[in-house]
Amino acid sequence: MWKFILRRFLVMIPQLFLLSVIVFALAKQMPGDALTGVSMDPRISPERLYELREKAGLNDPWYEQYRRWISGIAQGDFGKSYTHKIPVSEVIAERIWNTVFLALITLILTYLLAIPMGIASGRFNDTWIDKVVTGYNYLGFATPIFIFALIMLFVFGFSLGWFPTGGSVDSKVDAGTFAYYLSKLHHVILPALSTALIATVGTVQYLRNEIIDNKYKDYARTARSKGIPETQIYTRHIFRNSLLPIAAFLGYEITGLVGGTVIIETIFSYPGVGQLFVSSIGLRDFSVVTAIVMMLGFATLLGTLLSDIILSVVDPRIRIE
Amino acid sequence: MEKPILQIENLTTSFKIKEKYYPAVDHVSFSVFENEIVAVVGESGCGKSALALSIMRLHNHQRTKIEGEIKYKERDLVDFSERQMNQVRGKEIGIIFQEPLTALNPLMTVGDQIEENLTFHTKLSKEKRRLRTIELLTQVGIPYPTRTYDQFPHELSGGMRQRVMISIAIACNPSLVIADEPTTALDVTIQVQILELLKSIQKDTKMGIILITHDLSVVAEVADRIIVMYAGQVVEIGTVKQIFANPLHPYTRSLLKSIPSQVTNKKRLHVIDGMVPSIVNMNRERCRFSPRIPWISRNAHEESPDLHEVAPEHLVRCTCYKHFYFKGS
Repeated sequence: MWKFILRRFLVMIPQLFLLSVIVFALAKQMPGDALTGVSMDPRISPERLYELREKAGLNDPWYEQYRRWISGIAQGDFGKSYTHKIPVSEVIAERIWNTVFLALITLILTYLLAIPMGIASGRFNDTWIDKVVTGYNYLGFATPIFIFALIMLFVFGFSLGWFPTGGSVDSKVDAGTFAYYLSKLHHVILPALSTALIATVGTVQYLRNEIIDNKYKDYARTARSKGIPETQIYTRHIFRNSLLPIAAFLGYEITGLVGGTVIIETIFSYPGVGQLFVSSIGLRDFSVVTAIVMMLGFATLLGTLLSDIILSVVDPRIRIE
Repeated sequence: MEKPILQIENLTTSFKIKEKYYPAVDHVSFSVFENEIVAVVGESGCGKSALALSIMRLHNHQRTKIEGEIKYKERDLVDFSERQMNQVRGKEIGIIFQEPLTALNPLMTVGDQIEENLTFHTKLSKEKRRLRTIELLTQVGIPYPTRTYDQFPHELSGGMRQRVMISIAIACNPSLVIADEPTTALDVTIQVQILELLKSIQKDTKMGIILITHDLSVVAEVADRIIVMYAGQVVEIGTVKQIFANPLHPYTRSLLKSIPSQVTNKKRLHVIDGMVPSIVNMNRERCRFSPRIPWISRNAHEESPDLHEVAPEHLVRCTCYKHFYFKGS
């Protein structure tokens, strides 16, 4: 098991290297650089601008810039943010826990919604309850998340005023107190619920189909032949078998969520990595952008590894040697 | 005469296909006594497995209709509620399925799957259940029962899995065991072992066994009585001796002729022409086997044929048996 995980981490190195080349090349292709804003200022002479670019290393050939950037990353140094004037790692560190918290709450809500709906509609397929759930699924598939999130923000944030419309915590409470954590939760609920209500439909549909598939399988018939009441056939046999593919999918789900926060954090003005990503692109703060993309790439690879590990834990037929 | 464990009377099981019900088991009647092995034989699609699942009421009840009587120890299972039925399943009647890999839950250890029966039907403590399970595994001839207890189905061979299936079926000492093609998915050498195992278990417990198979050579070895089914109906019923020494119905005779034999040493095996009719497009008014023996004239058959007693306990359907001969002979 540990050998397997170590090997997977070693394989990640070339993958991340390739990603870094692509990310860097794409970032350089974007028009403008960190000093474009400065160049608009008429008080700054072109000579001074050249000097500034020279100092920042922006006049060097691309491979020289790449070498400097990648060797920095290898030592854990992602460079300095031009707009925030502090190291990139600090900029990200300020926000990453907000994003992790948001993603975690979203994930919990997604499964809290998906599991009962999937089981009910799979077990009682073609009844009214299944039709209600399936109808909801179609709506969920058809609704773009950014529109739904805006509606949620408008209704529950502005009109009803039940939830805050921005930020990650109330500025008036002291850090570390109980009220502080309560306020954090209060801020995260609306964006998390908006995402979960839409993101859950894929899992619901998957679980429903798995349950319908499993309830007619031979092992379920064997279980019935033992005289086990139907509800316990589900809890003891069918449910666990139906969860296998969903458990395997959990790792990928996490990656998707981390990527999805880009939109949701921007809509809810939630100070996380996603929002930082969007604003940094606008400001041409490349060192921040590239660092975030590298981080998302790493999260994706970790997610797939997590999926493999989860599957080997829940399915006795799959053992990692 | 002693009372039968199971007495089936005019059992008809119909499946719903496009809003209409079609009988797959059609007015079947027979009994099973203590310490007896009754074999049900016939081609695929003749209603054998549908019969087995009907006795346990394991069909999808939204699409299946069961009529007639299934009297288990004087009580009619057809009228039972699901809750009452669950007191019969696994406790009074056990069933062994054909495919031992798919019939076991892949995520549960063998021990847990056998123990489930005991959990639902006995008041044994956890430790006692474990001991009983290991005892069962020993009884069905598993070489390392304590190790197998913690293994998963995919870690066992086909024969071992079928032994596990058997131990699930007999866990609560049922009076009746239905074996639905228990040897079909196994190697020939293992088949014999499994049948001998069933027989030896029967010796200890005196249970009745319904053995469903399409393999007549299997039947000759172990069964006491034989029921030959064709297109959902019983076409011939008799003791093993009667059926093998004096087969009457054309279908029984054709089946027996299809068994490969080293004595006659023929170049080609006997083949029954045609196919089993589908339950949707079947003429239910005349002898159902007649389309497969077209060289026998229509007058030889009976209109809506019935079972006729030709000897004590030996029944044959339709009059065509009197006029039947093999094509080319």
